[in-house]
Amino acid sequence: MRLDYPASIKIIRLPCTGKVDVIHLLRAFQKGADGVYVVGCLEGSCHYNEGNFRARERVEHVRMLLEEIGLESDRVRMYNLSSGEGPTFAAYAKEMNENIRSLGPNPLKDSAKA
Amino acid sequence: MISPKLVEVGRHINIDLVMCSEVKSVEGEPGNFEVSLVNHPRYIDPVKCTGCGECMRHCPVTAVNQYNMKLDDRRATYIEYAQAVPLAFAIDTDTCIGCGLCENMCIAKAIKYDDKERETSLKVGSVIVAVGSQGFDPSGLDYLGYDQYTNVVTSEEFERILSASGPYFGHLMRPLDREEPKSIAWLQCVGSRDVNRCGNGYCSSVCCMYAVKESMIAKEHVHGELDCAVFNMDMRTFGKDYEKYYLRARDKDGVRFIKARVHSIIEVPETGDLIIQYADETGKMKEETFSMVVLSVGLQVQSDAAQLAERLGIKLDKYHFVESNPFTPVATSRPGIYTCGVLQGPKDIPGSVTEASAAACLAGAELAEARGTDTPKVEVPEQIDVTGQDPRIGVFVCNCGINIGGIVDVPAVKEYAATLPHVVYTDENLFTCSQDTQDKIKEKIIEHNLNRVVVASCSPKTHEAMFMETLEACGLNKYLFEMANIRNQDSWIHSKQPEIATKKAKDLVRMSVARAAALRTLHEKVVPINKQALVIGGGVAGMNAALSLGNQGFNTVLVEKEAELGGYSRKLHHTIEGADIQAYLKTLIDEVTGHDKIDVLTGAKITGFEGFKGNFATEVMLGSKAEKRRIEHGIFIVATGAGEYRPKEYLYEDDERVVTQVGLSDILEEKGTAGLDSVVMIQCVGSRNDENVECSRICCQNAVKNALHIKKLNPDAQVYVLYRDIRTYGLLEDYYTEARKQGVIFIRFDKDAPPDVQSSTEGMLVTVKDHILQQNIEIRADLVALSAGMVAEDTTEVSQVMKLNRNPEGYFIEAHVKLRPVDMPSDGIFLCGTAHGPKLISEAISQAQAAASRAVTFLAKDAIKLSAITAKVDVDHCVKCLTCVRSCPFGVPEFNVNEKVIEINEAICHGCGVCASICPRQTIQLSYYDDDQIMCKIDALLEAEGM
Repeated sequence: MRLDYPASIKIIRLPCTGKVDVIHLLRAFQKGADGVYVVGCLEGSCHYNEGNFRARERVEHVRMLLEEIGLESDRVRMYNLSSGEGPTFAAYAKEMNENIRSLGPNPLKDSAKA
Repeated sequence: MISPKLVEVGRHINIDLVMCSEVKSVEGEPGNFEVSLVNHPRYIDPVKCTGCGECMRHCPVTAVNQYNMKLDDRRATYIEYAQAVPLAFAIDTDTCIGCGLCENMCIAKAIKYDDKERETSLKVGSVIVAVGSQGFDPSGLDYLGYDQYTNVVTSEEFERILSASGPYFGHLMRPLDREEPKSIAWLQCVGSRDVNRCGNGYCSSVCCMYAVKESMIAKEHVHGELDCAVFNMDMRTFGKDYEKYYLRARDKDGVRFIKARVHSIIEVPETGDLIIQYADETGKMKEETFSMVVLSVGLQVQSDAAQLAERLGIKLDKYHFVESNPFTPVATSRPGIYTCGVLQGPKDIPGSVTEASAAACLAGAELAEARGTDTPKVEVPEQIDVTGQDPRIGVFVCNCGINIGGIVDVPAVKEYAATLPHVVYTDENLFTCSQDTQDKIKEKIIEHNLNRVVVASCSPKTHEAMFMETLEACGLNKYLFEMANIRNQDSWIHSKQPEIATKKAKDLVRMSVARAAALRTLHEKVVPINKQALVIGGGVAGMNAALSLGNQGFNTVLVEKEAELGGYSRKLHHTIEGADIQAYLKTLIDEVTGHDKIDVLTGAKITGFEGFKGNFATEVMLGSKAEKRRIEHGIFIVATGAGEYRPKEYLYEDDERVVTQVGLSDILEEKGTAGLDSVVMIQCVGSRNDENVECSRICCQNAVKNALHIKKLNPDAQVYVLYRDIRTYGLLEDYYTEARKQGVIFIRFDKDAPPDVQSSTEGMLVTVKDHILQQNIEIRADLVALSAGMVAEDTTEVSQVMKLNRNPEGYFIEAHVKLRPVDMPSDGIFLCGTAHGPKLISEAISQAQAAASRAVTFLAKDAIKLSAITAKVDVDHCVKCLTCVRSCPFGVPEFNVNEKVIEINEAICHGCGVCASICPRQTIQLSYYDDDQIMCKIDALLEAEGM
């Protein structure tokens, strides 16, 4: 559909969002990512039954961890959509990008470089 | 939903797609047909076309987009939709002006203006006709205003309006002013159940469900409130779980269902709103205004089906559906030619998919002897061992014509890739997916001793499997491959910012190179397939499944818990069409018991079970002798059946003048209508109530069948059918119409005001509130027949032993309602007949043939390769906390008590990775997605991003 969305977004492919681990999300922040979001299937239509619910739990957990170390929890989010929803994907990408812009850069970035 | 199927068909080595073609004639006989084809020109060579779409983007001519139901435009050079298979464009010469722009733009040189109509022929053993249907065209039905009012659309148009890839990009707007509607009315039975206006006397079977679905999706799509009203005669939500869906729409989402056939629609000129006039249940005229009206158009066979049928020599019925027999539902009148889908009769997707497999089953059985003689095979060389070698990565960057190259600086990306760790070779290609590039990649792998390959091009979804095959073809393990999607995720997205796109392409390539270096050789376990089949249940479905397997040449063990074969159908006499069930059953039983490939075990009970696809073992106890038998089998089919509900309602237990429909047909068969001058039938007994929410699907036709039987034997007898919705779907509608014609009286009652039945010396007294008179009427009846619903056989034990999932009603659950209706969620297990849900004999037969067909896709192979993307446990570090055992959605990890370790059987692991991520000790890894293979991608992205 060639819909425009921000170039700041890079996709890492996994078999199911159920494979997303807390450690993957945290690693991204440790290495200086400004934001991370997980895009899974619509709730109730996971090909593996419940992977996206697991992912949501983990995203919630990471939000809590971020708060604890003084980062904004909204730097990590979970979105759900079906594979036929290109425009929604682009809309979420823009939304997340705006959200991260308003939060500013990841303060860990300098230490990540060092 | 359908796109994975499209891709699978497009890529299947044993499927040749012959597009833009029509069948001229079919000569010959079963096993040896010669099919003459007319191949229409497409003006673009589908072999050369890479689907890049440059031709379309430069085409200056606008044409009406038929795919979006004429709601928007497309180009004259076009592809119907983005997921089309084959992914190749075509020129619509009706609108093309021949300017030559597309030819100039096409780098692949695929445009052929001089393409001509050709005639070709095919030699085949069997033929399946599945030309499908089209929606009814309501033009000309002036009272609906479809031709005059823009905001009156058909349901097909409304589907496109709701679609994200539709004319309004998924925003719900009405066509006139592109305003979001505040209220929408659906009008059911447009082009169905209508002999007066269009001659389509049948019910289209699908419109009630799609109207419910559309109303619910519409409510989700709008930003504010949306009033949805469905005007119907009967709501026919008769399929498995459909009633629940209907009730959800009505009770939770507030969709209104109004029993009325609308008599006219008038537009309010100022607003474009539509006034609907209808008579309500009491006969009072009402008027309501809606922003939009959707006409739920019915299914109708293609207008040229009659000519095609003539060319093929197959008979059609009066509505142009294929003439078929209830016991051979997918066979046509010409041996060797089969049919499926709506051409066979109106039906939904699950029914069509089931019949498709059934038709494939019969087509295949005809050719069973010749199996494998005409199928291409791929020879794969022995794998090169790369263990211990340092990564030597080759990076191939694709221009995709100008799709990538026109935006991303491909030479710069190539140069950049050469600077990355472990990269020893880089190249750029015009089309990396073309055959000559595949050959080049093979050459370079060998020349440069590459042991990892990265292709930076398009989506792995469409192209990964192909590149993996290329690796395999030169002995490299296919899991040593990684793709960077610099087209769909980059050049197409950032087409206006070439510099940003180039930078992102470099990032994506760097990430892929990092992951490639971390990839490991994975071996796909090969498991042999036991060629024997097991069928559980010896009713009509089970016997047909066994017979289909036997006829395809596979040894089959059929186990039945009763002492006799036949199941529930032993109690039935005739189908509604008048076909003799007992005669059929006798032939079927003889055929099954006399078949040299079928081993029948009656009085059998399943006591033990183990194994996985291709290698199951089931222990059976044989009743009288208490003898145990172990059966080894590669697949099994569940056909445990269902029976009639035993009513607690309406004095069934107390008065012998109250019988079930099965009881009534026994009486009619044995004694005829003696003493039956007045019969009352009550529908939905044991169905559609609080105890059993679901509709039992078959009871309405059962009532109509018996009512017609009574009228045939005694035309003066009074027959009353007290119903809630008459659900004589598909061609059954004709029998309903006939019953009304013969004077059977149908009286609707409300769920909350059921009829009252009393015994008296003069007969049974039935009181019901008539919906038109709005008052109670009392009917004296010699007999009350209850349309008792269906109840699944008690399969608690077998489902526990064999680990099979059932729904709350006790029916087994299929893998995917629409796409895999006869597969069970675990591989190698199939489902058919009433064990799946209530259904007619003809439907059980096609489902049984379908299950056998799906089973043969396994049994025909000697061995299967399992995906290597499975979870593995590091037993040395595992603390046996059993978190994985509890978390796996498929119950795969098991604790081996003897060895004291967690075991994950790779044959049944689905590869989702839930266990790997949840393991608190990180002792489970999902191959191909190991933590280091994910982490290195994150690191590579962020390390050099020049933050």
